[in-house]
Amino acid sequence: MPSPPVKSLSRNEPLSRKESVREVQRLHPPAVRAMHWINAAAIFIMIGSGWKIYNDDVILGWLHFPDFLIIGKWAQHGLQWHFFGMWIFVLNGLAYLSYGIATGRFRRKLLPVSPRELLQTIGDALRFRLTHDDLTHYNAVQKIMYLGVMLVGVVIVMSGLALWKPVQLSELAALFGSFQIIRIVHFLCMAAIVTFLVVHIALALLVPQTILAMLTGGPVVAAGDDLAPGAQARPLR
Amino acid sequence: MPPRQPTPSRPTTPLDRSVLTENKKLVDAINRRNVLRGTLSLGALTLLSGCDVTEEAPVQSFLRAVSGWNDRVQGALFRPNHLAPTFSPAQVVKPPRFNAYYPVDEVKPVDGAAWQLELSGRIDDKRPWSAQQIHALPEQEVIIRHICVEGWDYIGQWSGPNLKNFFQRVGADLTAKYVCFHCNDDYTESIDMATALHPQTILATRYANEIISDPFGFPLRLRTATKLGYKNAKWIRAIEVSNTFSETFWSKQGFNWFAGI
Repeated sequence: MPSPPVKSLSRNEPLSRKESVREVQRLHPPAVRAMHWINAAAIFIMIGSGWKIYNDDVILGWLHFPDFLIIGKWAQHGLQWHFFGMWIFVLNGLAYLSYGIATGRFRRKLLPVSPRELLQTIGDALRFRLTHDDLTHYNAVQKIMYLGVMLVGVVIVMSGLALWKPVQLSELAALFGSFQIIRIVHFLCMAAIVTFLVVHIALALLVPQTILAMLTGGPVVAAGDDLAPGAQARPLR
Repeated sequence: MPPRQPTPSRPTTPLDRSVLTENKKLVDAINRRNVLRGTLSLGALTLLSGCDVTEEAPVQSFLRAVSGWNDRVQGALFRPNHLAPTFSPAQVVKPPRFNAYYPVDEVKPVDGAAWQLELSGRIDDKRPWSAQQIHALPEQEVIIRHICVEGWDYIGQWSGPNLKNFFQRVGADLTAKYVCFHCNDDYTESIDMATALHPQTILATRYANEIISDPFGFPLRLRTATKLGYKNAKWIRAIEVSNTFSETFWSKQGFNWFAGI
């Protein structure tokens, strides 16, 4: 029988050995890595310029962000950066959420979160017994952190839209309350993201191979892992 | 109120509009040319800590091009008949909060008796209006939220003739693109015609039922429910209806022109 021409595999067909080698996938596929670093740049712009905007009418009287931490010399520059960065943050964020849902990556990596495992992980962490031998498996605290920061990302965009267009999007703004309440929600979301970043970056520095993985893709995982919802990620080496 | 910053030197005579038009074209050309270059270098530039790159010409050019794009997005988002939330007289802040590009003690009061509102551009009846004539027009009251680009806000109660009705009375070209306001303190603002025709856009003469006091724009100021504070020109001396875009006091300095809320 003549061998069929090369065609894309439907996900139900069993993979031959040769094909599975070709389809081999790493922990972080190129799309995830690209979106992660684009998001990092966008977050950097949004926080730095947001702090500049905040400084012109502070919410907390004691809190002014120092000049060396903010982006934009004058108010208009902070605003220019913020309303440029928003496009990158929102478009990249939508692409990331769509990808994570469509490929089943979120379901596989982040769900379910068991309360028992969460307590166990927190206990281990407090006793410095947390291991990070297997980069492909997220512990319960990581799952909660990643799911939580995604939720905060959605709320910061919603509150940002309500701040930008409290009249045109008055129905959205009304969900939050007064204009100053929207500002506080937006500010608290920023604070939550900054807290996440402190932990995220500290842990990445403690386990440097996670940074390497986000640059090069990391360990090889099962063939077509991101295409097989429900499949358990397993390291091959 | 756009934020604290050095007061730039300002011309004491009105600007030659033809020069502005030519400059606008030039600025546009530079923007287009620099968008690609700006994009390519932006990633690297933003990571240079301790060095503010924002004011570098290619970066400013790129950021202003994005701001121009945001103007168009805001124009598309604008809902011509969607009303801003309104409030009760009990919520009104008295007096309103002062905002200008200089402190309140530098306000130069306008002599209401000698004052006239000039009309120019695409308007049939360009006869000037006295304060008395404007006070004789039917008034509309709006109790709306004033939102400053800095982040503060207050609820104000403004009344005066509806701008759309006024334009119909003087035969303004309602299909024109821009409405420019020239002010006694050399401030200039311009808004899109869709905003000018919004039902909650008025030429305000009163605040909380009293004649507007000097710091807040006596004898005539713009009050629109769909723009940030700085678009609401105070101490208006002339209104011009035009199809030609011209930069305004704050847009020249890099603030977003559309500034819709």
